Amino acid sequence: MNAASAPATAFDTILEVEELRKEFVSHRGLMSVRAVDGVSFSLKRGEILGIVGESGCGKTTTGKLIMRLVEPSSGTIRVEGKDAVGLDREADFAYRRRVQMIFQDPYASMNPHFKIRDVLEEPLLIHDIGTDRAERRRLIEEVMEKVKMTPASDFLDRYPHMLSGGQRQRIAIARTLILRPSIIVADEPVSMIDLSTRAEILHLMKTIQSDMDLSFIYITHDISTARYFTDRIAVMYLGRIVEIGTQDEVIDHPAHPYTKALIEAVCEPESGRVGIMRELKVKGEIPSASDIPSGCRFHPRCIFATDDCAKGPEPELQDLGDGHLQACKRYKDI
Amino acid sequence: MSEPILEVRDLKLHYFTSKGAVRALDGLSFDLARGETLGLVGESGCGKTTTGVALLGMPSPPGRIVGGSIVIDGTQIVGLPDHELRKNVRWSKISMVFQGAMNCLTPVYTIRELMVETYRVHCGPEALDTERHVNMAKLEALMEKYVRLVGLSESVLGRYPHELSGGMKQRVVIAMALFLEPKVIVMDEPTTALDVIVQAQILNLIKALKRDLGLSYIFITHDLSTEAEIADRVMVMYAGKMAELGSSEDIFGAAEGRKGPAHPYTQMLLASTPRLHKRVSELAFIPGSPPDLIAPPSGCRFSPRCPFAKTKCRQLDPPMHELGAGHLVACWKAMEDSEYERS
Repeated sequence: MNAASAPATAFDTILEVEELRKEFVSHRGLMSVRAVDGVSFSLKRGEILGIVGESGCGKTTTGKLIMRLVEPSSGTIRVEGKDAVGLDREADFAYRRRVQMIFQDPYASMNPHFKIRDVLEEPLLIHDIGTDRAERRRLIEEVMEKVKMTPASDFLDRYPHMLSGGQRQRIAIARTLILRPSIIVADEPVSMIDLSTRAEILHLMKTIQSDMDLSFIYITHDISTARYFTDRIAVMYLGRIVEIGTQDEVIDHPAHPYTKALIEAVCEPESGRVGIMRELKVKGEIPSASDIPSGCRFHPRCIFATDDCAKGPEPELQDLGDGHLQACKRYKDI
Repeated sequence: MSEPILEVRDLKLHYFTSKGAVRALDGLSFDLARGETLGLVGESGCGKTTTGVALLGMPSPPGRIVGGSIVIDGTQIVGLPDHELRKNVRWSKISMVFQGAMNCLTPVYTIRELMVETYRVHCGPEALDTERHVNMAKLEALMEKYVRLVGLSESVLGRYPHELSGGMKQRVVIAMALFLEPKVIVMDEPTTALDVIVQAQILNLIKALKRDLGLSYIFITHDLSTEAEIADRVMVMYAGKMAELGSSEDIFGAAEGRKGPAHPYTQMLLASTPRLHKRVSELAFIPGSPPDLIAPPSGCRFSPRCPFAKTKCRQLDPPMHELGAGHLVACWKAMEDSEYERS
């Protein structure tokens, strides 16, 4: 076993999510969408957990629930053993300082009227950090150094539109780091970045993560970057985790048919795979979360499904050992 | 070998902005063989999409083709007036699946209405109005045929875009590009906004259509992995110029006896692509960003970012050098390396 799959006791758990649910109800109550439908996992200190899935699988909503941007319908979120749901205003404020988010679109996540200096100073002002301008300036320069935007004075007086996508995403990272958070939720942080700089941003996040011993939740549709960036991967389908484990286990020995299909659908610029037409072991597209199929929610798309899969209660995650869990009843037969 | 279906020679397209002329395409030459898929890859701003729209003779303003030639199936299209292009070139000889088109379908039209409009625009209103019912019936049959070919049922024709999923909309857009039976299709990032599984389904569809209908594709994407899956030949573009052109095996190094990519830019792009089945502890990246095309750097345009750049690279523009059969590269280093090996 390598370091990535070391026993859980090597770290203490920083975040625990249990049976988290979020149902969005339309204003007349005519339709409800179960975006997150019973998600449980834990995140250890200094760990990077990837949440992977197609659009509509609930990965972003899970991130927003953890960020406390959306109120959960039920379930618990605990950070260092303390409940994070139902906090009063003050405690909520402190919570947000410890849990920060990097958004997908660095073009939309910054106020275009703010100079970079203001973008970075705003969180300090909101959280009342730094006694005077000079100190805040020092903190800003420090964090600019961390994201390798030096010398800081070259950038602080610019506006976001004067920076490239990669530089803007660095600023977005700096803006989260300036509050010294312990958990960062990164929602598709590199999907809008040009390919030559994408690797650079991933590399930067990884360096910062290990230097500052941060815990990361990395939300993505791109399982290849998750392979590079994460320690563990959770695969979500229609609001539920169908498989979770160390990235080596999940990618090299996937057990759930959905994980297998996801992995098979990935193209790679690699010898031997060039030009091979692949038969996909999955049917159709992800159904609407307003009408979740009975039994195993993946069964209408699964080519291995039997009548049994459509019946009965939702299959629970079962442990395959070493913290590798999956939710297919028939995984041994496929 | 038969005549290529598309020949581009020394194509120059500039965008005339208030700050000066942006040299978006600066002397591009390539061929597309019948039944071939040519992939265009590069970073945003390298000129891939500009190349695509130039092939349809419709550079977006303030862009203008300032030189060179584009010959599609024997017709020179540079210099043709717009109405001529619309009637005799676009959609009849060459069509395009635009980037993000699936999200730009007019929401108040049904798919049928959208397709009839395409027909009316390219074949002229008279095509529909003379013997209207006869032509309508023919058109209906044509639409049904192509909707089925892209794997949808005919009932889709009566539906509105919002009733369809992302994958279905992309299929509709492909059907719309195909149904006036052009031979060349420009696909601009047709799978980028889709989820991996849907992306693989669409790629399989695109391949099957090419095989069944004998189409030729220009396939534009920034994603090298998709290109490896679909392209017969790949052209790597950088800052409005061709950096490297070769078979998929030349560029991705799949076959025995092939050296793989020769241009440092191609090599670095490949090294910076995360792989699923290969665990790497560190990804390479290309420092810096692409140059300003109003005043591009002298010499090789990649030289400011290239770790191998020498004085020569910064002064002289590298010529196109043939490394092997059909494997072209514009790089002084690659050229010298290959000559050194030969001697």
